[in-house]
Amino acid sequence: MRNLLFLVLCCAGLIALGASLSPAPKSPSERELRSLGPLPADLRTTVDRLDAAFHEQWAEIGLTPAQRADDLTIARRLSLALAGTIPSLEEIRWLESLPAERRLDDWLAALFADRRYHDYLAERLARAYVGTQDGPFILFRRRRFVAWLADQLARNRPYNELATDLIAEDGLWTDRPATNFITATIKPDQGPDPNALAARVSRAFLAQRIDCAECHDHPFEHWKQADFQGIAAFFGQTKQRFTGIRDVEGDFQVENRTTGEMETIVPRVPYQPELRSKAGGLRRQLACWVTHPENKAFGRAVANRIWALMFGRPLVEPIDDVPEDDVPAALDILAEDFIAHGYDLRRMIRAIAGSQAFACDSLADSSAADERGEVAQISDDAAASWARFPITRMRPEQVIGGVLQAASLETLDYESHILTRIVRAAGQNEFIQRYGDDGDDEFLPQGGTIPQRLLMMNGKHVTEVTSQNIIRSAATQIALLASTDKLAIETAYLAVLTRRPTQTEADYFTARLADKQDKRSRGQRLEDLYWTLLNSTEFSWNH
Amino acid sequence: MEPLMQNAECSMQNAEQPDAVNRADREWSRRKVLQLAALGGVSWLTPVAHVLAERAERTPGREPAQSLILLWLAGGPSQLETFDPHPGKDIAGGTTAIGTAVKGIQLAAGYERLAEQMPHASLVRSLVSKEGDHERGSYLVKTGYRPDPTVVHPSVGAICCHQLPVGSTEIPRHISILPNQWPGVGGMLGKQYDAFKCYDPAAKVPDVVAQVSDSRFQRRLDDLAVVEQAFARGRARQAEATLHRSTVENARKMMSSEQLEAFDVKREPRELQQAYGDTPFGRGCLAARRLIEVGVRCVEVTLSGWDSHANNHEIHHNLAVTLDAAIAALLDDLRQRDLLDKTVVLCGGEFGRTPQINRLQGRDHWPHGFSMLLAGGRLRGGVVIGATDPEGGREVESPQQVADLHATVLTALGIDPQHEVLAPVGRPIKFSEGAPIKQLLV
Repeated sequence: MRNLLFLVLCCAGLIALGASLSPAPKSPSERELRSLGPLPADLRTTVDRLDAAFHEQWAEIGLTPAQRADDLTIARRLSLALAGTIPSLEEIRWLESLPAERRLDDWLAALFADRRYHDYLAERLARAYVGTQDGPFILFRRRRFVAWLADQLARNRPYNELATDLIAEDGLWTDRPATNFITATIKPDQGPDPNALAARVSRAFLAQRIDCAECHDHPFEHWKQADFQGIAAFFGQTKQRFTGIRDVEGDFQVENRTTGEMETIVPRVPYQPELRSKAGGLRRQLACWVTHPENKAFGRAVANRIWALMFGRPLVEPIDDVPEDDVPAALDILAEDFIAHGYDLRRMIRAIAGSQAFACDSLADSSAADERGEVAQISDDAAASWARFPITRMRPEQVIGGVLQAASLETLDYESHILTRIVRAAGQNEFIQRYGDDGDDEFLPQGGTIPQRLLMMNGKHVTEVTSQNIIRSAATQIALLASTDKLAIETAYLAVLTRRPTQTEADYFTARLADKQDKRSRGQRLEDLYWTLLNSTEFSWNH
Repeated sequence: MEPLMQNAECSMQNAEQPDAVNRADREWSRRKVLQLAALGGVSWLTPVAHVLAERAERTPGREPAQSLILLWLAGGPSQLETFDPHPGKDIAGGTTAIGTAVKGIQLAAGYERLAEQMPHASLVRSLVSKEGDHERGSYLVKTGYRPDPTVVHPSVGAICCHQLPVGSTEIPRHISILPNQWPGVGGMLGKQYDAFKCYDPAAKVPDVVAQVSDSRFQRRLDDLAVVEQAFARGRARQAEATLHRSTVENARKMMSSEQLEAFDVKREPRELQQAYGDTPFGRGCLAARRLIEVGVRCVEVTLSGWDSHANNHEIHHNLAVTLDAAIAALLDDLRQRDLLDKTVVLCGGEFGRTPQINRLQGRDHWPHGFSMLLAGGRLRGGVVIGATDPEGGREVESPQQVADLHATVLTALGIDPQHEVLAPVGRPIKFSEGAPIKQLLV
């Protein structure tokens, strides 16, 4: 009897799975998807300005931008950038069911409403705010902090308000999670560290490395030690008390490194002092100055960071060191629009996503010319000036997110079963431990490592999703359900690489699957195909 | 299994090139790689390591050490129950001491076998730091720098790999056996210098064995070439510049490398295995010796559990059994094989523990005077540097900074501590800001 029941269950499962291969899956209606509609006119203007700026730049260097990438490629980029994973087969089918002109707007709308976007972006921003270290025990709750950030992003809280909370909030780090920005810098027996906070504020919110002047003046550096200490002094009286973080009365004193004497430092902003408010506590005054609409650095810093998130590379490198003059026009266009429209992060993401640069293919127009050495330089310039989409290494979260998603034909998100999510989260952490976290400097260009390749080739996560397993291996499911080899191959390509195989690939793998000499079962052949796709450059590098 | 001494020429060739492409260049021309690195914006390929030309120029027979073994006592061992006993004093809390083979040097009871090795090892008993938190303390002791929000400093093991010749090593040259949360990292030198993590050598090395038959694995790789070709079409150079394919190739080479046998401690005589102790840590130490023999530059072996906020004595007594056997066997074994001069052994944790015993019979964190053991690498043996206050005060005699310890170790490895590397923040950072401890250098 029990066996019978099991059989029935299995059949039911198979039928349910079969549905996911067929090309009309559900739309993400449960997410209360509100279509964004076409770009509003004022945002369209911004995007046009952005495109014009790039065209001018390209014309100057004599570059032709790459052609527009296809919708699937762009959708993959967006999912990787904003949700840290690749599109599921289910999502791909939905995308393709939409009218062409609505596809990317609706795709973005779905992402914005998706908890995975809130969490993923929160983690990226948290790295700029508090780094990746566990920090002081008990006094710093990183997970609480990230969850709070995610909530703010879910509400699309204006970014200036969010920044103000981080800099100026009082209270307990558990009750007011924003204060973890402060408590993260607490050193044992010392309380919050004004220097560390000055460094964080200037880098995260102003993209300025004022902290290089922490110890002394550097001859060729713009910032002087007095500038740095002036910012630090805003945090000079920030203490950790029984009731949490709050400011107390008193002066900020530091030791003069030359004379060894204690000096009192007055809180002072390094430029545009008129923007500092006179009301509120010191930290609130600083926050007001940092987020002031006329403080250009604030908008630029966030634009550079969001750009990096979307392209895998910031507009200005390094990400937290944007010069005062001579910045790319695109940076100011984005920053101005951001400030003029309520510090809206989603609006900025839409502007970037709608730009021609973001839609550029990573391919050269002429593959024949590309293979000749002489145009090599041109193609590098093209990637450097965004006339081609840059190929960047995916972050560990994106890789494991992709592996787990590719293993499932359905979308793994907050609607997934709780057990699926727990298993996913555990697998993800373990994988990242071995793959190596990128730490705070995650937008630095980096190559892959041998242990990473070993983990992908032989590690348990990829092995699990590429061995006989009806639940955790999409390869097994495809082998069982796809009626033809052609369909099976296409499904695998879509699930792993978000594209259909080229004719050459399709022919090659069709022959592989049909090879009579081969002793492997059909299931094994599809597992091998899955393994191959997961281990390709294309899977591990955003393109 | 004895490629430790590569000839200088070979070492020089290798050290000139970026680590990531070191082996790949046999298939690629070196010029092509460098061109790619320069043109392709592959800025993570740090222009490695000037060759240590000085290495060859030194007096024959005085070559610096080539490898480092770090025995990491995670959690912060009590100096009083290990390398710095104060028998009979209040702060000892009953812990007794034993004499060693070096007159005048005592160790805590429980280190009888290590006591015999003391002529070959030295103790720094006066390390001082300001980091009393596990994460920050580990960072400091492993990198020689206090945590800094603007840069991640490389662990000493990563510096070894960055600076010392690659030779014919096909397996990762920075290895962490039984790592805790904070194994050695490459930091600003790049992720390729992160320690490769593996566990009890009694088990298989993770991720190096193909999960399918050889023939199927080969098929998979054949198929991979087809997918790679499709991707490279129209973006040949960009695809190449990722070095993805050469990394896959190197990983595959490592999978079939005979050097992997170095992890397999069961190949050693039974008596030797027993000498190291039938514990994961003992096996880790034995594996460490085997690994440096095939050219691994730094092996970190972690023994966790020292964070004795309660029941300090019992915890330390139990861990001493494991540590004493393993470290004594390791020093003896290295010496028997003439490897001790070529290997620096460092043993200690992120800080010491309070002289006062708390109400739970524990000791708490104490960075104001703690101990480290150094041996090998032609460092002087049988020496004690500094002393802590027998009454438990914060004042120590001849205080040493952790950075000084790093400068000492790097010097023994023939690496100039003053050598600067440009951090991503754009400021040059020395390998160590400390000064070598002169009394330890011969």
